[in-house]
Amino acid sequence: MTMTQPLTADGVGASARRPDADAKVRGDFAYSSDLWHDAMAWGATVRSPHPHARVVSVDASAALALPGVHAGLTAADVPGVNRYGLEKRDQPVLAEDVVRYVGEPVAVVAADTPELARRAAGLVEVAYEPLPALTDPERALESPALHEGGNLVRHLRIRRGALARADVVVTGEYEVGMQDQAFLGPESCLAVPAEEGVELYCSTQWLHIDQDQLAGCLALPKEHVRLTLSGVGGAFGGREDLSVQAHACLLALRLGRPVKMSYGREESFAGHVHRHPARMRYEHGATRDGRLLYVKADILLDGGAYASTSAAVTGNAACFATGPYEVPAVEIDCRSVYTNNPPAGAMRGFGAVQVCFGHESQMDKLAAALGMDPVELRLRNAVSTGSTMATGQRVEGPAPVAELLRRVADRPLPPPAADDPRLLPGGTSNSTRADRLVRGVGYGLSVKNICKSAGYDDYGTARVRLFAHEGEAVAEVHTAAAEVGQGLVTVQAQIARTELEVARVTILPADTEVGDAGTSSASRQTWMSGGAVRAACLAVRARLLERAAALLGEPAGALTIGGGAVTSSARSITLAELLAEGDVDETAVFRHRFTEALDPETGQGDAHVAYAFAAHRAVVDVDPELGSVRVVEIACAQDVGRAINPVAVEGQMHGGIAQGLGLAVMEEIRLRDGRILNPSFTDYLIPTTMDMPPTVLDILELPRPDSPYGLTGVGEPPLLSAPAAIAAAIRDAVGPAAAAALDRIPMTPEAVATAVLDA
Amino acid sequence: MEAGESLLFLLRERVGLPGSKNACEQGECGSCTVYLDGTPVCACLVAAGQAQGCEVVTVEGLADGDELHPVQEAFVEAGAVQCGFCTPGLLVAVHDLLARCDDPDEPQIREALAGNLCRCTGYEKIFDAVRLAAGRSR
Repeated sequence: MTMTQPLTADGVGASARRPDADAKVRGDFAYSSDLWHDAMAWGATVRSPHPHARVVSVDASAALALPGVHAGLTAADVPGVNRYGLEKRDQPVLAEDVVRYVGEPVAVVAADTPELARRAAGLVEVAYEPLPALTDPERALESPALHEGGNLVRHLRIRRGALARADVVVTGEYEVGMQDQAFLGPESCLAVPAEEGVELYCSTQWLHIDQDQLAGCLALPKEHVRLTLSGVGGAFGGREDLSVQAHACLLALRLGRPVKMSYGREESFAGHVHRHPARMRYEHGATRDGRLLYVKADILLDGGAYASTSAAVTGNAACFATGPYEVPAVEIDCRSVYTNNPPAGAMRGFGAVQVCFGHESQMDKLAAALGMDPVELRLRNAVSTGSTMATGQRVEGPAPVAELLRRVADRPLPPPAADDPRLLPGGTSNSTRADRLVRGVGYGLSVKNICKSAGYDDYGTARVRLFAHEGEAVAEVHTAAAEVGQGLVTVQAQIARTELEVARVTILPADTEVGDAGTSSASRQTWMSGGAVRAACLAVRARLLERAAALLGEPAGALTIGGGAVTSSARSITLAELLAEGDVDETAVFRHRFTEALDPETGQGDAHVAYAFAAHRAVVDVDPELGSVRVVEIACAQDVGRAINPVAVEGQMHGGIAQGLGLAVMEEIRLRDGRILNPSFTDYLIPTTMDMPPTVLDILELPRPDSPYGLTGVGEPPLLSAPAAIAAAIRDAVGPAAAAALDRIPMTPEAVATAVLDA
Repeated sequence: MEAGESLLFLLRERVGLPGSKNACEQGECGSCTVYLDGTPVCACLVAAGQAQGCEVVTVEGLADGDELHPVQEAFVEAGAVQCGFCTPGLLVAVHDLLARCDDPDEPQIREALAGNLCRCTGYEKIFDAVRLAAGRSR
């Protein structure tokens, strides 16, 4: 395809200013938690304190007796089907006879003030009969079924090639803890009853799938459930599932009054799904000279109480279990199971993060067993264009895996730690000295699918209207695509500027009045909604040229658009003049190429649209006695195809690395008997400015042949192998004897110190 | 006003200034940082009654009419704003840092902003914004 050059200022390829940035820095940008309606009541949720229990009775009479409390609703008040879910509708809007996790919603109340609503929720009396809780995923398949059909959500087998006898075999067992998306903006929304149905203003990653589920729960036709995206305070997968949406709509429709809901931080931990905790058993076989012969992997994902996206996460974990390496034979079994733990679902990286820690730990172990440099081993086995993945799919398009690794490996290493406590493990608590530290360097390589996979009919829709305003052509772009912070609104405007060569572009609020955009996840939205905006712009452009051709009496092919005018060899007519006879308004749907489902027996098939790759190098300092770790530097090299907005790409990389660092050394939802022990930012730690090291980015732009502008998705890859690289660096620092015990992330100071002590 | 209400609640729900944000409401994230008589505080940790008679400046008070404050402009230009939920608190914290020190080095910047969590940016562009604003104000 021909590349569109950034002819217009702030077009494709420029680090254009975010259209929402001014409002955001002024404090004027309306996040869902800022929404206000003069007549609104506040909703609050009554949640289960038990991981598994029979609900004997729910009595809201004491709550309703409080002046100012207007509703107390239970499952019986759900007018439609009391079930929702992204892949399988197995989750009740409000619990019926059974609760399956701590925090499951049982009832909702509405009152005049948020404080009163919380008090009312506390007065709802629920009688429970506790049942035995299944909290160990290893026991799920032998335990009584939590759902009809048993406790297996999905088992994906991948079989390819024959396992050969290997010179060297390494085995390992690895574990990944439960990570939280920890977006800062709490779940919140405002539901407003309308003449027909309800209008909902909410923060979500996918308006139309919310609409679809809500229509079913509320027993309303879809067109009577109208959603508008409000400001979204981060998402990272945690806003794919419904949270407050159905509850607020139920209350608003019951009261005939607007209802706002907004969680506090503790409730937010119960209010959204988390990253699947994983247990992985691996066996790698290789030749003496370091060629992989086979990989066996057995992966167990704790899906928690409801299905959410567990089936797709299982698919991803299985597909990428061997990493970006050529492996002639694979035997992969990946299972997700129901338990009475909090539900797990989408989080940035979506199954590929967990297995990356597994396959990269194995590569290091194999390198050690072979006496080979870990970079050399990876280079020797890295996939490239034309390679075959574990699922039998050929890698099409750029696959510069070896190049990415070389780039991070060839960088100079940072200098030794200065004796400034702010730069040492433990920071200003001043718990160590530079001369007590050991330094380590580790590497990670990763691969993940971009866009939806396995035959899903994925598309984006965009409407672009070009009209004249004060003598100037203005483009108006309307999609339902969710801006969650990533900068999609900027990219949409850039594409319109480039394709229509206009300076003024307005991005309308995302809502369900325009066609489905699909989800802001799977690193797909710039590709899909960007592609749709481009297609709509091209349609607008064609209509403009037709109009100009008629007016100028020349064939459309002889005309060019630029500088606010359509020009022929002889004459020129301004866009504003052309638009005087009416707006040009076009809607386009954009699809990526067809994919196929994986074979249920062998797991073979061309299931993915595209693969994206990243390489990380981490440098750490460790105090071996205390186990404290400081990440000194992270380098990341990533192929982005084409950087539509370079500053936004860098922002995605920095942010992804930070979340990877969190998973590597500090972030874990700790559970006891299914209960979250640390549902606050006091106890669930995410990286601060003191935890983040300088990050060094290396962005490759190798255009893809099959995507708009040659781009590929950039959101997830920078996270994928960051934890694996940091873990490898910690192991490198403490030495091989202690490293063997470091098989779990996050690698806490306690785990590191214990491993050193026991070595 | 109810007893026990926080300054943050007062600002957001009663005064109509929702710019200060409610991400953790226990003083860990800094999203609600405001000036209270010239000192940056987490508005969620201040009881509304404690602010009686005090001057409060929130993110809404940083710009001069249509003109962004240089710190705000630097955040926009540097790409320090993604979802933007942490931004109001960070702007106040950076505003305060640069008022105290017009040429902070990187460890100083990191330390000054250690009480402000950001989940999107990994902080790098925020540091860029601080340096950009500092350079322009000198």
